[in-house]
Amino acid sequence: MGLFSIKRGNILPGFGLSMGYTIFYLSAIVIVPLSMIFFNTVPMGWDPFVHAVTAPRVLASYRLSFSTAFLAALFDAVAGLLTAWVLVRYRFPGKQFLDALVDLPFALPTAVAGICFATLYSPVGWLGETLTKWNITIINSATGIVIALVFIGFPFVVRTIQPVLEEVEQEIEEAAHCLGATRWQTFRKILFPHLFPALLTGSTLAFARGIGEYGSVIFIAGNLPMKTEIAPLMIMSKLDQFDYAGASAVALVLLLISFSMLLVLNAIQEWQQKEYR
Amino acid sequence: MLKEPTSETAPIVKKRVSDPLPIRVVLIGVMLLFFIGFIFLPLGLVFAQAFQKGWAFYLESITESYALEAVKLTLTTVAIVVPLNAFFGVTAAWAITKFNFAGKAALKTLLDLPFAVSPVIAGLIFVLLVGSRTPFGSWLGEHGIKIIFSTPGIVIATLFVTFPFVVRELIPLMEAQGRDEEEAALTLGARGWQIFGKITLPNISLGLLYGMILCGARSIGEFGAVSVVSGHIRGQTNTVPLHVEILYSEYNFAASFAVASILVFLALLTVTLKVAMEKQFQKNSFHH
Amino acid sequence: MGIELQNITKKFTGYTALDNISLNVASGELVALLGPSGCGKTTLLRIIAGLELPDAGKIILENKDTTNLPPREKNVGFVFQHYALFRRLTVFENVAFGLKVLPRKERPSRTEIRDRVEHLLKMVQMEWALKRYPSQLSGGQRQRVALARALAVNPKVLLLDEPFSALDAKVRQELRRWLRKLHDEIHVTSIFVTHDQEEALELADRIVVINKGKIEQLGTPQEVYDHPANAFVYNFLGNVNVFHGRIKNGKVTLGSHHVDAPDELKHAEEKPSQAFVRPHEIGISRIRSSETDLTGTIREVRLMGGQIGLNLACEGFDHSIDAEIPRELYINLELAKGSTVFVSLNRVRVFTGDYVI
Repeated sequence: MGLFSIKRGNILPGFGLSMGYTIFYLSAIVIVPLSMIFFNTVPMGWDPFVHAVTAPRVLASYRLSFSTAFLAALFDAVAGLLTAWVLVRYRFPGKQFLDALVDLPFALPTAVAGICFATLYSPVGWLGETLTKWNITIINSATGIVIALVFIGFPFVVRTIQPVLEEVEQEIEEAAHCLGATRWQTFRKILFPHLFPALLTGSTLAFARGIGEYGSVIFIAGNLPMKTEIAPLMIMSKLDQFDYAGASAVALVLLLISFSMLLVLNAIQEWQQKEYR
Repeated sequence: MLKEPTSETAPIVKKRVSDPLPIRVVLIGVMLLFFIGFIFLPLGLVFAQAFQKGWAFYLESITESYALEAVKLTLTTVAIVVPLNAFFGVTAAWAITKFNFAGKAALKTLLDLPFAVSPVIAGLIFVLLVGSRTPFGSWLGEHGIKIIFSTPGIVIATLFVTFPFVVRELIPLMEAQGRDEEEAALTLGARGWQIFGKITLPNISLGLLYGMILCGARSIGEFGAVSVVSGHIRGQTNTVPLHVEILYSEYNFAASFAVASILVFLALLTVTLKVAMEKQFQKNSFHH
Repeated sequence: MGIELQNITKKFTGYTALDNISLNVASGELVALLGPSGCGKTTLLRIIAGLELPDAGKIILENKDTTNLPPREKNVGFVFQHYALFRRLTVFENVAFGLKVLPRKERPSRTEIRDRVEHLLKMVQMEWALKRYPSQLSGGQRQRVALARALAVNPKVLLLDEPFSALDAKVRQELRRWLRKLHDEIHVTSIFVTHDQEEALELADRIVVINKGKIEQLGTPQEVYDHPANAFVYNFLGNVNVFHGRIKNGKVTLGSHHVDAPDELKHAEEKPSQAFVRPHEIGISRIRSSETDLTGTIREVRLMGGQIGLNLACEGFDHSIDAEIPRELYINLELAKGSTVFVSLNRVRVFTGDYVI
């Protein structure tokens, strides 16, 4: 029996047709186009490839993309945990409204988010004006990129923690209280370990999204070479110069990193299932 | 969200042990501060900027011909992308949830792949596949077919980016519902299409709609991938988000935010629909 | 013959679910497939319905070979463990489904369908729920609708997969008496799967005991209960005390005691044996009435409705012995925890072989 071959005993109709179309569409839209990255990189040969992806400007863009995505994911982990906690545990007016707005970064086109933050933090913007007086520059800096990425990654963390927090049985906490644990001890020793896999999953999702993010970042980043050029922008500028091989090379490294993070995520989820089911 | 409760009794609303008032106030306060900085200020800013030159300018900005062309192109894209990905989502979810076969887990991972790909790379791969400088692209060009820097390129890049949305909603839903109802229909003499049309489709309609809304929202708003393949030709290959970008880079902020406000409105609509549908899901799952 | 199964074999990766099963069910009979979970009984039922394909063997329904027919053409009614009602259709539409999907030529008219559905729902006492949705019904009500739905297509055979297991104890008992009555009225050849020996004993005309993909015994409830073919069947049909010992010179050792071996084992050579005694087949007395009586102390007393369960520590036995006596006897003998009593094993069944519980 080969891959995707049917096992005996599947009695409902339509397997051949639906599986055939699934494979066809998946190949046409995803697999074949994605494979172009490999087909454009392989003919380069090893040395030009290494040369392309280790050029100082490219390295600087990787470094920037990773560090800003990491910081944003870290910030989201804290803000997301807090938000999920408040939304699940407390009752207050306007809660449902705020809960719905958590999804706004999902739904809002990234370009709109981008121009919003760029305008907000520009030297004449609502927040930028005050910050400039204190000699803090957000626009055209890594800080601006982190702010945009915090916005983009926020819903990932909240929406992965929320269901887990909702399912925590009250009895577990009550039992801990009866055993004399303080509120903080209960959180640290009982709840946090329980929430941790979800927190890790959510932040990893935010991190992965942040590495590839383009629309919301380019407006606030200023795109100064060696300083505020993110990795996706490097691909863009190589494309503008019709350097297809170079663009593929930079993209390949980014893709491999994203895919390995997808694998890490799967591993986290499997571990979570083993631990808690 | 879509779990089937096993007991037949009504769900009991749990009263939680709550934190002391000062802690609650502080935590809610911190969260509000975050929401103000990251959600309310940007939203408010869009409308403040959009109307800075008054109503007349606002209306003019969103009804001038380039803006209308952009809206038309975006709607065309959505009208092609959502049905295609919805049809695929239903087909793939049927194959994956109603049958046992080797390689199922691998297939599910492959379906999620586009989520792990940067939008810029999503655009790049289609330039590499059918761009005018590639063998396939130049062959198409000789036959008068242009994909990159024209509408088909925008559609195909959007198809890639929104590929997983519908199928991802349907698989867990259909896994939870199981195969019993379809098998029952089969023993009662129903044919394949009858089973699908009378039993499966009504059971998944809400999840399908939900996935289509998410898919549609992303199709409207996609920027990075479309930006790579579009060529930014005004009145021809400019979607609404690209139009916003162009106006912004021309320092025509008021017009840019005016057009952006349409997108904000659609985003708020999406979020509202999402909440409404999740409530419906919960109601359904309590009933079964 | 209603259902004939010939040499059905089904293997899944790693294990054999059904190993060469042959079985005949007469027309109009109600047969129980009884066995522990994972024994293959549900797989067998699904194979008869065509929901699974056997690796080998033949399925003959009403003298017609249906082995390779799709389920649609088999004309069987199937009742699922978790009802499998169509959740977006009303009760009426659920029951009418099988009639409405018939090809136009064979499909009854609207009024005929309405009459038939109403008749069936009356039969299962659900006519009041015509316009309800499944989610508005209790488990027992859903299962009755599922039964009406299965009967709507005039099936040649009715197959029920653990039909009562998802219901609570009281509803379960009610529904199974009702099903027995219904079957006596309509006489459709039926097979139901259960892991509950009480259900099988109460409901079935005949019982098929299955274990590890094989038929262990086939017979009327009386036969199976009174003359279990082997240690597995004996153990599966109710609570039991097991004594591991040896058989030697026509005697069986039970702890430090001996009893006569059954006739068929009188001349068996020395080998390990197991002796079984049901708790209610143990006599408890304050007076020693026979020299084979054991001396025991009551370690635990359990109230079990009309019966009292006693846990006894008997001299010469490593393991405790469970007995059940009527409540009246318990009161008359003035028994309590710690009482010393004489214990007689009234009915001992001895099996040899390597069966291990």
